[in-house]
Amino acid sequence: MTRVLTVENLNIGFRSEGRELPVVHDVSFTLEAGKTLALVGESGSGKSVTSLGIMRLLPPPPQSRARGKIILHSDEDIDLLSISEARMRRLRGDRIAMIFQEPLTSLNPVYTIGDQIIEAIRSHRAISARKARERAVELIDQVGIPDAAARLTTYPHELSGGMRQRIMIAIALALEPEILIADEPTTALDVTVQAQIIDLLRRLQAETGMAMLFITHDFGVVADIADRTIVMYAGQMVEHGQTEAVLETPLMPYTSGLMRAVPELETAGLNQGELQSIEGFVPNPASLPNGCAFHPRCTHTLSGICDVPPVPFEDAGNGHLVRCKRWQSILENAE
Amino acid sequence: MTAAVEQRAASSTGSDWLKSRTVKRFIRHRLAITGVIMISLITFMCVVGPWLLPYNMLEIHIRDRFTPPLTGDYLFGTDEMGRDLAARLFMAGRISLMVGVAAMLLSTLIGTVIGLVAGYFGKVTGTLLMRLTDSFLCFPQVFLLLTLAAFLQPNAFMITLIIAATSWMEVARIVSAEIRSLRERDFVTAAKISGASHTWIMFRELLPNTVGPIIVAATLTVAKAILLEAYVSFLGYGIQPPLPSWGNMLNNAQQFLDTAPWLAIVPGVAITAAVTSFNFIGDGLRDALDARSDMP
Amino acid sequence: MNELPLIQTADLKQHFPLHKGLFGGQGPVIRAVDGVSIDIPRRSVLGLVGESGSGKSTLGRAIMGLSRPTAGTMTFDGIDMARASSSELKSLRRRMQMVFQDPFSSLNPRMSIAETLSVPLRFHNPGLSRSRRKDRAAEMLERVGLPGQYISRFPHEFSGGQRQRIGIARALIVQPDFIMADEVVSALDVSVQAQVLNLFGRLQRDLELTMLFITHDLAVVGHISDFVAVMYLGRVVEFASTRELFSNPRHPYTEALLSAAPSPKSANRRKRIVLKGDIPSPLNPPSGCQFRTRCPYAVEDCSHEVPKLRELSPEHKAACIRDDLSLAPATQQ
Repeated sequence: MTRVLTVENLNIGFRSEGRELPVVHDVSFTLEAGKTLALVGESGSGKSVTSLGIMRLLPPPPQSRARGKIILHSDEDIDLLSISEARMRRLRGDRIAMIFQEPLTSLNPVYTIGDQIIEAIRSHRAISARKARERAVELIDQVGIPDAAARLTTYPHELSGGMRQRIMIAIALALEPEILIADEPTTALDVTVQAQIIDLLRRLQAETGMAMLFITHDFGVVADIADRTIVMYAGQMVEHGQTEAVLETPLMPYTSGLMRAVPELETAGLNQGELQSIEGFVPNPASLPNGCAFHPRCTHTLSGICDVPPVPFEDAGNGHLVRCKRWQSILENAE
Repeated sequence: MTAAVEQRAASSTGSDWLKSRTVKRFIRHRLAITGVIMISLITFMCVVGPWLLPYNMLEIHIRDRFTPPLTGDYLFGTDEMGRDLAARLFMAGRISLMVGVAAMLLSTLIGTVIGLVAGYFGKVTGTLLMRLTDSFLCFPQVFLLLTLAAFLQPNAFMITLIIAATSWMEVARIVSAEIRSLRERDFVTAAKISGASHTWIMFRELLPNTVGPIIVAATLTVAKAILLEAYVSFLGYGIQPPLPSWGNMLNNAQQFLDTAPWLAIVPGVAITAAVTSFNFIGDGLRDALDARSDMP
Repeated sequence: MNELPLIQTADLKQHFPLHKGLFGGQGPVIRAVDGVSIDIPRRSVLGLVGESGSGKSTLGRAIMGLSRPTAGTMTFDGIDMARASSSELKSLRRRMQMVFQDPFSSLNPRMSIAETLSVPLRFHNPGLSRSRRKDRAAEMLERVGLPGQYISRFPHEFSGGQRQRIGIARALIVQPDFIMADEVVSALDVSVQAQVLNLFGRLQRDLELTMLFITHDLAVVGHISDFVAVMYLGRVVEFASTRELFSNPRHPYTEALLSAAPSPKSANRRKRIVLKGDIPSPLNPPSGCQFRTRCPYAVEDCSHEVPKLRELSPEHKAACIRDDLSLAPATQQ
C-alpha cells in the first residue's frame, strides 16, 4: 500500500463580482497505487473543480484561489500548490494524467491520432521519432484498438466516441503516469461502450499499478470501479469510506437519498409507485445553509441540531467517515 | 453554469436592465463610452449650435473672407465667401448625421427582413435570396453608389436611399447566419408543434433573439453611411451646394488647401470623430453582448 | 384491449440521402429508421430504448410529424397522417405534444413563461382571450409543481429541473392525448431526475395520457413504461411488456444492454456481457441481422436474411432466429 498523492484541506474559491465564492471546502484524501478512489456528486458538488485543482488547471489567481496541500509522493514530497508553473507543466501528463468526459473536444481535429500520441511522448521524453512511433503502436494496441499500426494515420473525426475515449486513454497512459484522473470519462458514451471502457481502465490499472481518481455521478459505475468512495455535496465531503460500505450501508441521508432516487433494473415493470426523490435543489455556494449544508432538503432534519455549526466529519468505524450529526440515531431507527 | 450566465446576459428585460451584465460590460468599455460622449456632443452641437452662433450659414461677409479659426466671432473661421465655417459645419452635420442614421435604419430593415426570410426558409427561397445578397456584394460599393448617383437626382433623400440600397447586405448575412443556427433549437420545434405560423416563428420567436448582432451591425452601418455620404458628396455626386454636408465642404476646401487649410481640417475632423465614435460604440456593443468576454 | 391503439406505425422508414447529387442522382443513404411497426395502446406508456445511432429520436420525430417519412404509414387514432386533410391535421397536432431533452434550448430565452405557455393556446384555442390564456398558463404551472406567480419570469431564472417542468406544462396546456418525451431526464441531476419522473408518472395517470418515452436509460424505462421497444440500427429488435422484457429478454442485444447497465448493489451484480466493437455505420449495415457483428451468439445463418420481428408469446416480439438461447434477465429469479 503506497500512497502516491495526499490532498490536505484543499479549499478552492472563485472570484465573482468582487467576492470570493468558496466552491470546495476542506477536501482531504489520499490516492494509493493500484487503487481507485471515486468522487461522486451532482453538478455543483465541487467534484470536477477538485480534480482540476489537483491538475492546477483552474484559471490563475485572482480568478480562482486554491489553498491547502496537494502532495505528490515520490523520492521527495512535492507540494503541487507551491511549485512553479513550469515545473507543474513537466509533471502534468508525465506523473499525473487526466481524461475528460468529451473526447472529441480534447483531441485536436487537424492532427492524426499518431501525431498526437507521439507528440505527448516526445514533449516529455527525449527519444527518437521511431521509438516514439513504436510506443504509440504499442499503446493503441494496449487500449484494445485492433490494427494499431494502421490507426496512426487516422483523424479523430473518423473514430467513434468510444474509440476516441480509448485514444485519450492511450495518450494519458503514454508516459506511464502514477496517477490518472478520470473526469466522467463514460458519461457521454452508450452503456455498452461504457462497459468496455470501464473494463479497459480496470485492466490497465492492474497492468500498470497506477492510482486512479474517478469522478462520476453514477453509483452504478462507482460500484464497478472504485475501491474507496467519497460523496460530495455543496463543495464538502459528506461521506467517505470503502465503496462496499458506502453503497451497502450509506450513513449520510444524502447518499442514501441519491441511491433511492435512481430506479432499479431489478424491479422494472413492477409499478412500484413513485421514486423517492430529494426535494429542492443544490444550494448556491454564495449562500450555504447554516450547519449541515444538506439539512433543508433532508427528511431527518432536527432543528436546533442540524442547522447549528459545526458539523464534524465523524468516523463511524472502519474508516467510514460521515458528515451528519444524526447518523447514529438514523441507523438505529432503520434497524 | 456557463449557459446560465449567458442566458442572464442575453436577457436585459424589465426594470433590472441597468443591472444586467450586458449593460455593465458596456459601461466598463472605455472606448465605447468615449464614443457615446463624442456622438452626444456632436449631435448636440449640430442641433443646438446653429442657434447659438451669431451668423447664419448662408450669410456672406465678403470682407471677412478666409478668416482663420478663433478670430473674432468666427469659431472655426470663414470660407472663400466669408461664410461662418462653424455654422456651415453644424448644419452640414445635421444633414450628414441624418443621412447616416436614416440610411442605417433603412438598410437594417431591408437586411433584417431578407436575412430573416433567407435564414428561416433555407432551401430554394433562402439560397436565391442569399445569392442575390452575394451578387450585390460583388460590386464595389463606391462604384455602385456613383453609378446610381449619376443617374438619379442627387439630393439628401436620394442619397439616403442609394446608400441604404448598397449597404444592407452585411446585415442580411449576419441575420441569416444567426437565424440558421437558431432555427435548429428546440424552442422553434416547440413553436411548430404549438401550431405557430411561419410569421409568428420568424418575428416573435427568432427575431428577438437576434437583436444583439443587429444592433451591432446597425451601429457600424451608421459609421459606414456617414463615410459613404462624404465620399459621394466629395466627388460632387451627393448633396449639392449651397446645402452643406461634410463631404461637399471637403470638396470645396481642396482648392484652398495651401492658403486656408482649416477649411479641409475642420470637416475632416468632424467626419473622423463621428465615424470613429460610431465604430467604438459598435465594438463596445459587440463585446458587451458577447457573454464570453466576461469569462476569465 | 380491443380498443384501437392510439398510435400505429406500419413499416415506417426514414432515410436521409447523405449528399444529394447535383442532378438529383442517388448518393449513399442513411437508413435512420428502417421499417418500424409499433402500436402504442391508449393510456399506456411505451418506452423506446436504444443507443446513439439507433434511430430512436428520428422515429419519434417522424411520429410527431416533424419529418415526412420516406415510406410507411403513421396512424393516429385511426387517421393516416399522410392522407389527413389540413383541418384534420390541425386538430391532430393539438392532440400530439412533445417534451424536449435540453431544458436550455427548448425555451425561448426572450419570452416570459406566460408568453411561452400562451403560444400553444393562441394557435390551438384561438377563441381564448388574453387574460384567460394567462390564467390557464398559471393553472398549468401549478399543476407541474411551480408557483403560479412565477409566470412573469424568464427562462434564465429557473434551474434545469424547473425548466423541464415548464416544458411539460407547455405540452399539456392544450390537453393533448399523446405526449412524446425525448430523453427528458438525461440532462438532469439524479435527485432532480426522480422529481421529474414522478411528475410524468402522476400526470400520465391523472390525465390518462398515452406516452412515447424515448431514452437510453434502461432503469428509467423500466420504471415508467408499460411496454418497451428496443431499437438497434433503425429497427425494433424486441418489443414486450416491461416486466416480460426485463425478466425474459429474447434478443441478445437486449440481454447485453441489461447486463451492461451498472448497478450499485452488489447483490444485484449481474454477469457482465461486454460487446465487441461499436454500432456499425447506418450507411452500410451488415447483411442479414444487423446485430450479428457484435452478437456473442451469432451463427452462419444470421448473415443470410433480416430476421422478422416475430410474436413469441402474447405481447412479446423479438427479431432473432435463435429460439434456442436462454438469455440472462435483469431481474432475480
